[in-house]
Amino acid sequence: MAIECLVLGAGQDVGKSCVVVKMNGKKIMFDCGMHMGHHDHQRYPDFSRISSSGDFDSSLTCIIITHFHLDHIGALPYFTEVCGYKGPIYMTYPTKALAPLMLEDYRKVMVDRRGEEEQFTSENIADCLKKVTAVDLKQTVQVDKDLQIRAYYAGHVLGAAMFYAKVGDASIVYTGDYNMTPDRHLGAAQIDRLHLDLLISESTYATTIRDSKYAREREFLHAVHKCVSNGGKVLIPTFALGRAQELCILLDDYWERMSLKVPIYFSAGLTLQANMYYKVLINWTSQKVKDAYTTRNAFEYKHVCSFERSMINAPGPCVLFATPGMITGGFSLEVFKHWAPYEENLITLPGYCVAGTVGHQLMSGKPKKVAVDKDTQVDVRCKINQLSFSPHTDAKGIMDLVKFLSPKHVILMHGEKPKMISLQERIQSELGIPSYCPANNETVSIPSTHYVKADISDTLRRKAKYPNFKFLKTNPEGNSNRDFMAPPTDPLRVFDDRLTDGILCLDNGKKAKAVHQDEFLGMLGAEKHELQFAYCCQVRVGNSGNARNIEISGDTLPIIDKYSRLHLLNGKLALELAEVNIQDCGEHIQVESVSISVCLNDDCPHRVSETSLNNSEAIYFCCTWLAVDEELARNVISALKKLELSTTEV
Amino acid sequence: MKFTSLSKGKGFYFPPCHLLNICGFRVLFDCPLDLSALSIFSPVGIDEGEFRVSSCDDFRDSECSDKKRQKAEKPLDASNLIHAEPYYKTVNDLHLWNASFIDIVVISSYMGMLGLPFLTRKQGFSAKIYATEATARLGKLMMEDLVAMHAEFRQLYGPEESGSTQWMKWEELDMFPSVMKEIVIGKDGTELGSWMPLYSAADVMDCMQKVQALKYAEEACYNGTLLIMAVSSGLELGTCNWTISSPKGTVTYLSSSSFVSSMSTDFDYHALQGSDMIIYSDFTTWKAGNGVDDYIGCSAPSTYELSDFSNSENDWEVRAESLLKLDDGAEEVEKLSFLCSCSIDSIKAGGSVIIPIGRLGIILQLLEQIADSLEATNNKAPIFVISSVADELLAYTNIIPEWLCKQRQDRMYSGHSLFGHVDLLKDKTLQLFPTLHSLELLKSWEEPCIVFCPHWSMRLGPAVHLLRRWCGDPNSLLIIENEEYTDLALLPFKPMTIKALQCSFLSGIKLQKVQPLLNILQPKVLMIPEDSRQFIPTFNTSMSLKYFSGKETLCIPKYKTTSELDIATDLTLQIQWKKLRHKETSIARLKGQLLLEHGKQRLVFHNDQEASMQAKSLLHWGKLDLKSLLVSLQKMGINGFVEQENIDTESETPTLVHISEPRKALIEMKGTDTVISTDDEDLASLICRTICSNLDCI
Repeated sequence: MAIECLVLGAGQDVGKSCVVVKMNGKKIMFDCGMHMGHHDHQRYPDFSRISSSGDFDSSLTCIIITHFHLDHIGALPYFTEVCGYKGPIYMTYPTKALAPLMLEDYRKVMVDRRGEEEQFTSENIADCLKKVTAVDLKQTVQVDKDLQIRAYYAGHVLGAAMFYAKVGDASIVYTGDYNMTPDRHLGAAQIDRLHLDLLISESTYATTIRDSKYAREREFLHAVHKCVSNGGKVLIPTFALGRAQELCILLDDYWERMSLKVPIYFSAGLTLQANMYYKVLINWTSQKVKDAYTTRNAFEYKHVCSFERSMINAPGPCVLFATPGMITGGFSLEVFKHWAPYEENLITLPGYCVAGTVGHQLMSGKPKKVAVDKDTQVDVRCKINQLSFSPHTDAKGIMDLVKFLSPKHVILMHGEKPKMISLQERIQSELGIPSYCPANNETVSIPSTHYVKADISDTLRRKAKYPNFKFLKTNPEGNSNRDFMAPPTDPLRVFDDRLTDGILCLDNGKKAKAVHQDEFLGMLGAEKHELQFAYCCQVRVGNSGNARNIEISGDTLPIIDKYSRLHLLNGKLALELAEVNIQDCGEHIQVESVSISVCLNDDCPHRVSETSLNNSEAIYFCCTWLAVDEELARNVISALKKLELSTTEV
Repeated sequence: MKFTSLSKGKGFYFPPCHLLNICGFRVLFDCPLDLSALSIFSPVGIDEGEFRVSSCDDFRDSECSDKKRQKAEKPLDASNLIHAEPYYKTVNDLHLWNASFIDIVVISSYMGMLGLPFLTRKQGFSAKIYATEATARLGKLMMEDLVAMHAEFRQLYGPEESGSTQWMKWEELDMFPSVMKEIVIGKDGTELGSWMPLYSAADVMDCMQKVQALKYAEEACYNGTLLIMAVSSGLELGTCNWTISSPKGTVTYLSSSSFVSSMSTDFDYHALQGSDMIIYSDFTTWKAGNGVDDYIGCSAPSTYELSDFSNSENDWEVRAESLLKLDDGAEEVEKLSFLCSCSIDSIKAGGSVIIPIGRLGIILQLLEQIADSLEATNNKAPIFVISSVADELLAYTNIIPEWLCKQRQDRMYSGHSLFGHVDLLKDKTLQLFPTLHSLELLKSWEEPCIVFCPHWSMRLGPAVHLLRRWCGDPNSLLIIENEEYTDLALLPFKPMTIKALQCSFLSGIKLQKVQPLLNILQPKVLMIPEDSRQFIPTFNTSMSLKYFSGKETLCIPKYKTTSELDIATDLTLQIQWKKLRHKETSIARLKGQLLLEHGKQRLVFHNDQEASMQAKSLLHWGKLDLKSLLVSLQKMGINGFVEQENIDTESETPTLVHISEPRKALIEMKGTDTVISTDDEDLASLICRTICSNLDCI
């Protein structure tokens, strides 16, 4: 059995995340994103690789979307409405609620601003989202009889989830984007310890280790505070979802603490609508925000109000959140034109800006003038501040997750090739887990777990519940050259062998069945055959006053009856055979299965060898043992033969 | 598996309570409180002095006991009620069990949780408690509210009286009217021990910390053996059925369920399909006295009746009757709109409306609908929700789209709040107050108004005071649910001229839907109460039926003696199969380690594999055939003679084979025992191998 991963996007790249995983006959598409950097056919994953005939319904079992970012969901309306996929789609509740805002915003930018031909219409977006089944975290969803999926909290944006998928015995996790450290409004990613064949992880920051966010937050707040206290205006160009809410909470909180009265504005209704969703979906935010919701919903900002266009040139300080981020156009650009020429103002750019945008120009060096379009140039005299908040996990986080989950294989996606390769090597060398970072349109095939089904009987199951400890000595040399001063070299191994009496039976063409051996014999109607060995061993008895007795250093005891003889033998054997555990059971001595008892029967059938001593000089010890202990028994016997017991009476 | 039904409950407010022993673990289903039993106590705010004279103290003075009894059998009046700080009635049979022996508690609804602090505060209690997130949250609020409302009694009776149980003495009990006596000691007179003084807020906190909150369909694994999953039952916010999977099969606990949920997540029957056993525990629509013949009649339990003590208006009854003919969903919708129109009528007539209903789903829907009706009919009246947890409750309902039905979720997707009360709160049509005496309430109080407030038992909370205020106003309206002791509940407020509308809402599976449901779910075993026989006469015979009754532990026979075992592939490659002589069976020794994880038994590779093999002894079975043994021995170059042959296997004397070549040895055979004795190691092992080759072994 194998799991095949076809990477359609975000292979050694960031953008258009899309991977199709085939396991045990099911095909699951994880994410269906678009690439922001391309404006031709390359912006979408190459869907023809899934099915050349375009019959996606029969070739895909389901689509799973991890979060609402365009590079993870951007191609979904195109795939469902234009390409005609009609099968099930799963995403979390917040993703389902917020995705239309993102998609609609993107569609508008694409059509209205760039004047491109639209790839899908507003109706397409609405129709597409109607087909979506929303799932809750940790809820086990039975997609069909064999396929089970489950979402885990990923912390990247509101509603971001890692998805676990299981078909038969094979299981994988696809992380999407995730964050291993909590931020202002979201918690850290959380997942159960699962048995995984494959982990497909993002690796945006494959080599970066980030420090604490608090320093950067403080820096940001101070910059904003300084600006407004000098009467300046602060422009924060941001996308409607995610960062805007995080910074808003941060500022609102700070305003409250510092009792600032300067207004904070939100541009456009889009962000306000997004806020509504954030309020309803507060259960998907961090614990801290959740706990506080009854007294105050954190997204019910005290100091934030909406912005009117006429207020752009109103006097006095203020803070304004305006869309879109990166200042690619729209309202943020308009405000930028008005505010950039004044020294007291501040423009804060949260996060990454794509080349070619005004944001990117501002970030690269300290431009005096910025070309807004072909004809217009804007003087930039205001301060520029860049924020490097990122909702992605860093290399440590990725390593932690991989270590925690300990999957059998790792595939890295969503990153830059050189960094991914270095992380891949790290995973292989540090964790010993084979890992891959395939390029787009490559397929990785890995073996999957498979269990053979059998039945187990109740008797065996019950017996297997209780520990059955066995002690094994692993260094047999311990006997001969034993150095008392040397530290023990772990000669004893303990293991728990609970299945020792288990037998697996396979009748022709039937399911295998594991039973206890007693049951097994019962099934056969047979009886256990006891195969034993026996030997009646002669031991010389020394005469009284014999000098040899000194050997046993004064503790020579009179042999009065067979018990004391046995006892004596026990003591001698213990000296002779240091490494075995000898038990004195009164009637006999037991060494593993070897049982030694005094034999008074002169016709003992086990006295097979010729006798060299007469009865007055010797005592017979009858030994019996099982086949397993043959070697041990022979050792015992040869030790017996060498022995001489004293009959001295003191 | 063993099953004990501890209580069959009394409908929605007092769900059933059972104990199941599965795979050696004891699972308790729900831990409710019988709050309807509170009606034996006198409510707060009833003028104390008024009844002092006739309280039980006076009875004791009276010498003649016959006289007492006569007095007791008179029609009840408010003076019969107990004037003491109320005790609370728990599930009686639960006290028979040692709390420390319970391993798991699963809670199906917020009503099934109210008795939990009594259990969790017991010494030695260490069970894992599972409840859905919504149930846990709402249950906590309900318990906190209960504690808050009870505080009023504490204030009234003072700390020195709390814990006084004068009324619990037998001589006092004897003087109770029979209705009250039945409530106190139960029909069989054993339930006095189930009364407990209320838990504290700290107990509630402590209890909640022990609850593990689950999402719907989240798998919780207990001890690696049991997979426990809550599945939506469609009845109320967060209510659920449970499936418990073990290697031995799956058990479903079917609590009160609703197929037409107007608000909460729909009934999820997919997750229940394929269960081996179903414990049917929805008795809400089973009413005693409804025989086989008329069970269809009782299937529509929505009987509206204007109670005797109010001025009945005929057109209400006519309207109510027409409701009976409607089907489930529509029927429930009709009920609500009927309640709305009644409320509007009252407001129009200048009366106020008091709604002490405890079902959150109904409250939330009524809030929306009454506000809509008020607006539609151009009537203005404020709506108040008065409860110590009103604020938190309504705030909570608006952040749980995951626990609501499709229609509600669609409201969110289209950019609206989940419930209309958010907008009502904004425009001040709806106002929330923690208590009746809060300053804000006094400021904004105006009548007529519509008040939602606890408690439905009419013994606790603001409802008591408001009913006292309005019980003499014929224009006002009281909407209460049909409970067993409604008469007793309203006793202290008599004489009443307020209109009282008693209604019952669908709170479980209708009888005629039981059969179709079971046809879908197809369990192998169905556990159903003994008295179901009279309600459900015919049953699909393909499943085995087990009838349970209270106070009796039922052993459920195993439906299979084997369970699934998953053997890892790498291990199967190592298995060395051995064919049995004279049989078509292959056998092999089991190797590896048996793991029990996530309800599955797995055999995986064991690091100590080699070590364990060292110590393993061979198992031989069967009997030796002397002739073939001698032939085999000869082949190996071992010669000897048989000293005595014993064909009779029962005989004590063994068969002896003396070996003379190559060395001296003896083989002693007796039935299935063989002893080899020789001095020579090599010969011993040679003989041993030869014998083994003549035997089956592993």
